[in-house]
Amino acid sequence: MKLLVRLTHGSRPIIAEVVRDTGILINVDRARSDAHEGEEALVDVPDDSCKLVSDKMRSLGAEVSVLEEGIRHDRDECVDCGSCISVCPKEVFSFNEEFVLEVATRQCILCGRCILACPHQALSLNG
Amino acid sequence: MDKSIDEINRRIRDGSARVVTADEMPGIVCELGEEGALKEVDVVTTGTFGAMCSSGAFLNFGHAEPPIKMERLWLNDVEAYGGIAAVDTYIGATNKSVTRAENYGGAHVIEDFVAGKPIELRAQSSGSDCYPRRNITTEIHLDDLNQAIMVNPRNAYQRYDAATNTSEDALFTYMGTLLPNSGNVTFSGAGTLNPLCNDPTLRLIGSGVPILLGGAAGMIVGEGTQHSSAGNFGTLMTTGDMNEMSTDFLRAAYMYRYGPTLYLGVGVPLPVLDIEVVRRTAVRDEDIPVSIKDYGVPSRSRPVIRQVTYAELKSGKIELNGEEVRTSSLSSYRNALKVARTLKQWVEEGQMTLCLPTRRLDPSKQVKPMRETRKVALVQEIMQRKVVTIKEDEEIPEAARKLLRGETNHLPVLNEQGRLVGVVTTFDVAKAVARPGRQITVKDVMTRNVITTLADEPVDIAAQKLDHHRISALPVVDAQNQCIAILHASDLGKLFKSGGRGL
Repeated sequence: MKLLVRLTHGSRPIIAEVVRDTGILINVDRARSDAHEGEEALVDVPDDSCKLVSDKMRSLGAEVSVLEEGIRHDRDECVDCGSCISVCPKEVFSFNEEFVLEVATRQCILCGRCILACPHQALSLNG
Repeated sequence: MDKSIDEINRRIRDGSARVVTADEMPGIVCELGEEGALKEVDVVTTGTFGAMCSSGAFLNFGHAEPPIKMERLWLNDVEAYGGIAAVDTYIGATNKSVTRAENYGGAHVIEDFVAGKPIELRAQSSGSDCYPRRNITTEIHLDDLNQAIMVNPRNAYQRYDAATNTSEDALFTYMGTLLPNSGNVTFSGAGTLNPLCNDPTLRLIGSGVPILLGGAAGMIVGEGTQHSSAGNFGTLMTTGDMNEMSTDFLRAAYMYRYGPTLYLGVGVPLPVLDIEVVRRTAVRDEDIPVSIKDYGVPSRSRPVIRQVTYAELKSGKIELNGEEVRTSSLSSYRNALKVARTLKQWVEEGQMTLCLPTRRLDPSKQVKPMRETRKVALVQEIMQRKVVTIKEDEEIPEAARKLLRGETNHLPVLNEQGRLVGVVTTFDVAKAVARPGRQITVKDVMTRNVITTLADEPVDIAAQKLDHHRISALPVVDAQNQCIAILHASDLGKLFKSGGRGL
């Protein structure tokens, strides 16, 4: 499960502390530090440890939300060209046997590369 | 045992013709042999669906009251050609909207017409005794037009070079997003299903031959522009009635930082007359070579990185310089199949009979580059040869002094050997002063990854570098990486001054 973790500048090493204290291994998919919006990390945690990890992070001062959905795919606009396939760092996109595009949104880390690569504007962020 | 076109059409009319799609043909020939396949199959349908930028449509609006000869006109703010009288126009797919340039263009106007949406027409005229009206604004639908005839100068490329990018920056091209350092490969084309790949000697594909175009029963006009069948890069000029088209086979697209284009389905049914047709239509993805070109080189003659086949490209991965690189298509194979299958159904149901070309296309034609009579402006004509530089070991206050004295914002940084190793800007110096730390020498604050230009590089390419990297100066280096001059964004203005040559 993907968790979006928002941290404030100069906070404690929250992710490292959670790993140390819980023993749960966390994968950081993407991290960003922005002068205005603070720091944000997208982390991947095992489904059954999701609650434990998010509670622990919150108790240390991070804002945590579950990333329910990855990139949004508009089936009506998509023409199954596959331009998105090779630009995606997480292999979210693939063709099935009938050359229909399949989207594994659970792997998505919302990097946004495919949004620009799609010639038909069929991919977008939620909300 | 050859078959005549009349015999094949007779079978189509009485519903007994055996029609297959081009991707099925290799298997059939494998199973039945060439003679067997000739006996069994009457028609092979082909199809392709991809970006076909050189497309557009002639429209006739009917006369207004009082009448106007439209000299300049816009459809949903996309300019259409006003050089044909009086209420005729040609709307081209790649023209950008003057108000919505980021994501709307001629292709979108065409798709919106086909989808039955209303389009705003605005037109101007200088007026005449016979056409007194000076301007008009109205809202129209496709069925309000007298004619909407798609005529595409260049469709259905036989094959198209694949693209990669060896430069260190992502590129956004008509071949899609090209990741830096050959991070991906993009390609276009339907391979085994492609019309011209199934008839490379142009025996069956020529003027007058019926086709599927954007979902309509269209026709081949003749050779397409840039037709170069001698190099296996044949193209077709096509036509069809927009009223019969459907958005299943016609979709507007917008390529990021390139512009609008039209995705179009084109398919040609091929009559299986003799063994040669059987052999040609048995072409497989493995048999069609594709060059991978380096779009990191901004020149007409981009270097070929590797030769592959459509089979390798479609596999999703290829090897480039010992590394596995992912490939992806810009054209839609699924929709290419839909084109070929729809054509198959049309022929099976007797809706479309076939004919041989009324005029054949030249199979030996070779495309020529543009004849240029004026030399292109080079960086050396506008660069500043007097360039203030600094050594990497000098201290930051010295950089500040040099920036002030040189009245510049950029100092190329040199090492002991005089080679360019970085650039330091007024911003870097200001930052070092505002946040004093361990930064003492120029080398601590300079940008090491310098974007440079060459004295003999065309100005347009240098301008694109400035634009792409959002920077305002480029050190000019020689072959030894010595900084010989500097080009500022403001130097581009010299080309427009009186006495300058203009771009």
